[in-house]
Amino acid sequence: MNRKFSTILQALLSHWQRKPLQLVTFIGGLALATALWSGVQAVNSEARKSYDAAAATLGEGQFDQLVPRVGNTIPLVTYIKLRRNGWLVSPVIEGQLNGIRIVGVDALTSPGELPDLQLSDNTPLQDFLGKGTIYANQETALALNISVPVQISSNVAPGIAITDISVAQDILAREDLTRLMVANTHSLNREELAVIAPDLRLQPSQQSADLGELTESFHLNLTAFGLLSFAVGIFIVHSTIGLAFEQRRATLRTLRALGVSLISLIIAVIFEIFTLAIFGATIGILLGYFVAAALLPDVASTLSSLYGAHVAGTLQLRAEWWLSGYAMALFGTVVAITGKLWQIASMPILVSAQPRAWAMTVGRGRTLQAIIALLLISGALALLGFGKGLVAGFAMLGCLLLGAALALPTIIEKCLGFVQGHVRGVISQWFLADTRQQIPGLSLALMALLLAIAANIGVSTMVSSFRQTFVEFLDQRLAPELFVRIEDLGKSAAVEAALTANADEVLLLYSRKASVRGIPVEIDGIRVGKTYRDNWRLLAAEEKVWDRLATGEVIIANEQFARRAGYWVGDIVSFAGKDLLLGGVAGDYGNPLGQIILGEKLYRELYPDDRAFRFGARTTDQEALKMAVQAQTGLPDSAFTNQADIKSFSLQVFERTFAVTAALNVLTLVVAGFAMFTSLLTLADLRVPQLAPVWALGLSRRELGKLEVLRTLVFAAVVCVLALPLGLALAWILLSVINVEAFGWRLPMFLFPADYAQLLAYALLAAFLAALWPAIRLARIAPNTLLKVFAHER
Amino acid sequence: MNVKALIFTCLFPVAAFAQGFAGLGTDAEGFSVPIPDKEFSFPDDHGPHPDYRIEWWYLTANLADSEGKSYGLQWTLFRSALEPVERAGWQSPQVWFAHAAVTTPDTHFATERFARGGIGQAGVEADPFHAWIDEWHLKGPDFDTLHMQAYGPDFGYDMQLQSKGPLVFHGSRGFSVKSSSGQSSYYYSQPFYKISGTLHLPTGPKKVTGDAWLDREWSSQPLAENQLGWDWFSLSFDDGAKLMGFQLREKSNSSYTSATWIGPEGKTETFPDGRFTVIPIETSRINGREVPTSWRVKLPEKDIDVTVSAMNNNAWMDLTISYWEGPVSVTGNKSGRGYLEMTGYE
Repeated sequence: MNRKFSTILQALLSHWQRKPLQLVTFIGGLALATALWSGVQAVNSEARKSYDAAAATLGEGQFDQLVPRVGNTIPLVTYIKLRRNGWLVSPVIEGQLNGIRIVGVDALTSPGELPDLQLSDNTPLQDFLGKGTIYANQETALALNISVPVQISSNVAPGIAITDISVAQDILAREDLTRLMVANTHSLNREELAVIAPDLRLQPSQQSADLGELTESFHLNLTAFGLLSFAVGIFIVHSTIGLAFEQRRATLRTLRALGVSLISLIIAVIFEIFTLAIFGATIGILLGYFVAAALLPDVASTLSSLYGAHVAGTLQLRAEWWLSGYAMALFGTVVAITGKLWQIASMPILVSAQPRAWAMTVGRGRTLQAIIALLLISGALALLGFGKGLVAGFAMLGCLLLGAALALPTIIEKCLGFVQGHVRGVISQWFLADTRQQIPGLSLALMALLLAIAANIGVSTMVSSFRQTFVEFLDQRLAPELFVRIEDLGKSAAVEAALTANADEVLLLYSRKASVRGIPVEIDGIRVGKTYRDNWRLLAAEEKVWDRLATGEVIIANEQFARRAGYWVGDIVSFAGKDLLLGGVAGDYGNPLGQIILGEKLYRELYPDDRAFRFGARTTDQEALKMAVQAQTGLPDSAFTNQADIKSFSLQVFERTFAVTAALNVLTLVVAGFAMFTSLLTLADLRVPQLAPVWALGLSRRELGKLEVLRTLVFAAVVCVLALPLGLALAWILLSVINVEAFGWRLPMFLFPADYAQLLAYALLAAFLAALWPAIRLARIAPNTLLKVFAHER
Repeated sequence: MNVKALIFTCLFPVAAFAQGFAGLGTDAEGFSVPIPDKEFSFPDDHGPHPDYRIEWWYLTANLADSEGKSYGLQWTLFRSALEPVERAGWQSPQVWFAHAAVTTPDTHFATERFARGGIGQAGVEADPFHAWIDEWHLKGPDFDTLHMQAYGPDFGYDMQLQSKGPLVFHGSRGFSVKSSSGQSSYYYSQPFYKISGTLHLPTGPKKVTGDAWLDREWSSQPLAENQLGWDWFSLSFDDGAKLMGFQLREKSNSSYTSATWIGPEGKTETFPDGRFTVIPIETSRINGREVPTSWRVKLPEKDIDVTVSAMNNNAWMDLTISYWEGPVSVTGNKSGRGYLEMTGYE
C-alpha cells in the first residue's frame, strides 16, 4: 500500500476514532444482521444434512421398499423366497432401544452405499458382520447405553444406530425383518410380487421421502425470520453509513481540494467500508454460530416430535455459512454504499462542507414508495384470490409486510399532518411540524419496528391459537383412560375379551397403510361407541354420521387427507374397489399423515384378515384394569400407556415446537429496538442546527430533551396502532393459508388482547429506551455548541 | 472407509488379488490348509469346505449359435469365510458372492450377487448337486448332468450341461502348488461338458451350443506375499486335447507357472514351474488400464507354441472385484479356443 493511499485512509479512519459510537453501531448493526441470518442458515443446513444422512442410512427416499400389508414383520423365509425368485431386495430390521432407532442392515445385499461409517482401513470385517459393533454418532452413542461396543461415526444420522442385521436381531430380540429395500436395478428373471409374497406391498420411494416436504415449511419459516432480521440489520448499516458520509463531507472535500484524485478517494472509501464490513460480518457469523447452537436443540426436538425427523443437536462450523454470511453482509454493504459513492463522485470540490439536512433528501421518492406499497398490497390481495401452494402463501406474506412497511412513512405523515391541522399553540405546531420533518430520517427504523411488532403479533397469535385448539383436541381424543398396543396380532381377541370384561367401554382400532389417490394414508377401523359420539368434534359432518359410520354407510376422513385429495363431506371416495360416501371430516392436529376412518363392520368386510392391535379403554381405575388384562393375557408393561402420559408428552412436544419461534421473536424485537436507537443517535447530531433556534427562542435543553422522547413515543405509538391490524392479518395468513398448505389443516384463529397489550407496551418501552440516551445527550449539550450553530451559519 | 469397500478390498483374498495383492490372506488363522496326497471323496468334495478360507465353483464356456457366431459365458460362485466354521442364521461367517458374464464379439455383460451363508440365500449341496445364490443356480441329479442359470438386469442365460469325460486333477493329484514358498490349493476340473441352451440378450434370445469347463478350487492361503496377480488359461484344441496353465506374476518381474496337459480321454500330465511360459504380445487399454489381450503361449514338452487372442478385448469384469475374463481363440502350431482370466491389472 503506498504512502498516499494510507494517508487518505488515515484521514478517513480518523472519523471513527472521533465517533466511536458510530463505529460500534456500524459494526454492531452488520454483525447483528449477519448473526441472525447465518444463525438461521446454520440451523437449516444442519437439519438438512441430518435428513440426508437419515435418508442415506435408511435407504428411504432412494429405494422402493417392500413392507408388510399388515403389521410390521416380514419372516426370513419370505426374504429368501424373494431373493430366490429374482428380487434384489435387502433386509432391514428396525426397532427402538432407549429411544434410539436401531437399524440392522445387511452390508452384502444393501443397494447403493451404506453411509460412510469412517471405519479405519484395518477394521476387521468381522467387526461389522456379526461380531457386534454398533455405529452411531457421539450423541446417540451416549444415549444408547448398551453393552455392545459402540463405534463413534459422525456420518450416521442422529437418533439412529446402525449395525449388522445379526447384531440388531440380538439387541431387539427378534428374528424377523421389518422391511426390504428394493434395488433400483432388477433381474431379468423376476417373478411377480403377488405370486411370491402376496403379504407384502411395494412402497415407492417418493412416498417415504415426504419428510423433506413436511419440514420444508418449518425451514421456510426460519429463513423468513432470518431475512427479516437481515433487512432490519441493513437498515441500521444504511443509516450509519449515511451519517458517516454526511459528517465527513468536509474531510472528503478537503482531501479532494488537496489533490486526491476522485478514483483514489473512491477506492479508499470502498476499502475502508468493506474492511469494516468484513470485520462486522466475521463477528456476526461467530455470533450466528452461538445463536444457532442455542436454537438447535429446540429445533431438533421440534422436528423430531412433529415429523419424526432427527436432527443432530450439535453444530459444526461449516464453510458454507461463512460464505453465505459474508455474501449477505457484503451485499448489504453494497446496497448501503452505492448511493453514497455516487454522491462523492458528483460532489463539486468547492461546495460547502456543512452537513446538509441529509435526512430530508431521503424522502424525495416518497410518492414512488407509496405507489410501490400500493402495488405490493394489491399483489398480496391478488395472491389471496388466485395463488396456490406454500410458496404463494409466503409470497403473499412478503408482499403484505413489505407493502405495509413501505406505506408506513406516508401514513404517519398523513396522520401527523391531520393532527397538526387541528392543534393550536406554537410549541405543539412546531413539535408536529418538526416530527413530520423527521419522518424520512427515521422511516427505515420505523419500518423495522413495524415489521418486528407485526411479526410478533402474528406469530404469537398463531402459536396461542394452535395451543388452544390443540389442548381442546387432546381432551377430545384422549378420552380413554388406558391405551393398549399389541405387537402379536394373535393376542388381539384375548386382549379384547380381557378389556371387555374389565372396562366400562372398549375402543378398538384396526389399522393398515394404503395409498388413496396417490396419497399415503392410514386406514383405520373403529368400533363406534359412546366415547366417539360424546368426544369427537367433526369439522363438518352429515346427519347421524356416527350411526351411519357404524353401519358402513359412510366413512370419515381427517382434514389432512380431505384437503390434499380435494374431498369434502358429501363427496364419494373410491378405494379398495368401493365407492364410499365421505360423511365427516375430523380435525387431526399434529398428524402429518392422511387418515380414513371406517366402521368396524366395513373394515372387517374389506380386510377380513386384519386384527385390531390398538385399544382404548374407559375405566375409573387404570391400574386395576391394567393388572387384570395383564393377568389374563400376559402382555408386557410396554403394551400399556396412560392417558395422562400421552397428554403430557403431547403438550411437551407442542411447547418445544414453538420455543424456537418465541426466541426468534424476541431477537427481532431487540434488533428493531437497536435500529431505532441508531437512527435516533444519527439524527441527534444532525438536528443540532434545527434545535438551536428553538433553544434560542426560549425552550430549555431539558424541555427539548423531553420533547425528543415524546416524539419517539408518538412515532412508536403510531407504529403500534398500525402494527396491530398488520399482525392480525399476518396471523390470519399463517393460520388459514400457510398452515393449510404446509400441514394440511386449518386452525381456528383466536384473539389474545392481553398478550397484544403487553407486546405493545414492550415496543413502547423499547422506543423509550432507544430515545433516552440521545435525549439525555441533548439535555446536557453544551450551550456553546448550540451557539456555534449561529456562528457557523452560512 | 465404506463398509462395502472394506469388505472387498481387505478381506476377500480374491479382492486383494484384483487390487494388486496386498499381503493379506497369507496367514491361515485357524483355517485348514491344503496338504499333499489328499484322498478326494465324491460327491462330498463337490460341496463346500467351510473350514477353508476361500473356495469356488467356476464355469466358463465357449459357445456358438446356428450362424456360427461365437460367444463366451461365465458362471462363478465364490465362498469366502471370515471364520473357519458355519453357523445357522445371520451370524454365519460365510460370505458368498457370484459373478455371471456373457461375452459376444462386440459386447460384454457382467453382473454380480452377494449373500451371507446360514440363511439359505446361497450355498452348495453336494448330493444331489445344487449350487445357488438368489435365483442363479447350477444343479442336477449329479455332477455330470447340470442345469445352469443366471440373470442380470440386461442379460441372462439358461443352459443344460452334460459331461463327456472324467474329472481332471491338477498338480499332484489335485494338490496344486501356487508359489515356490509352498502356497497351494486343492484344484480339480471337469473340462468335458457339452453345453446347450439359450442366451438372453438385449437383442433377443439366442440358442447356442458349445463346450464348458468347470473348475473347483479351495484353499486358505492362495497367494504368496510377493505375488501380484495371475494369468490363467484354459484351452481346448481342435484335436480334443486340453491345456490348463497359469502364471502367477511376482513383484521381481518373475513368475511362477504351472500347467496340466489333458489328453482327449482325460489322461493328464502336469508340468512344474517354468515349463509353461506365457508372454504378452499385445495389450489393450481397457477402463483406463493396460491389459494384455494377446499372448504367446508355449509348452515345449508338448510342442505347443501358440498365440492366444481375446475374442473381445473388452471383456473387463467391472464389478466390486474387477478383473479380465473372456473367451479366446488359439492359433499357431495348434488351433482351438478357450478362456483367459487375468487379475491384478488394477
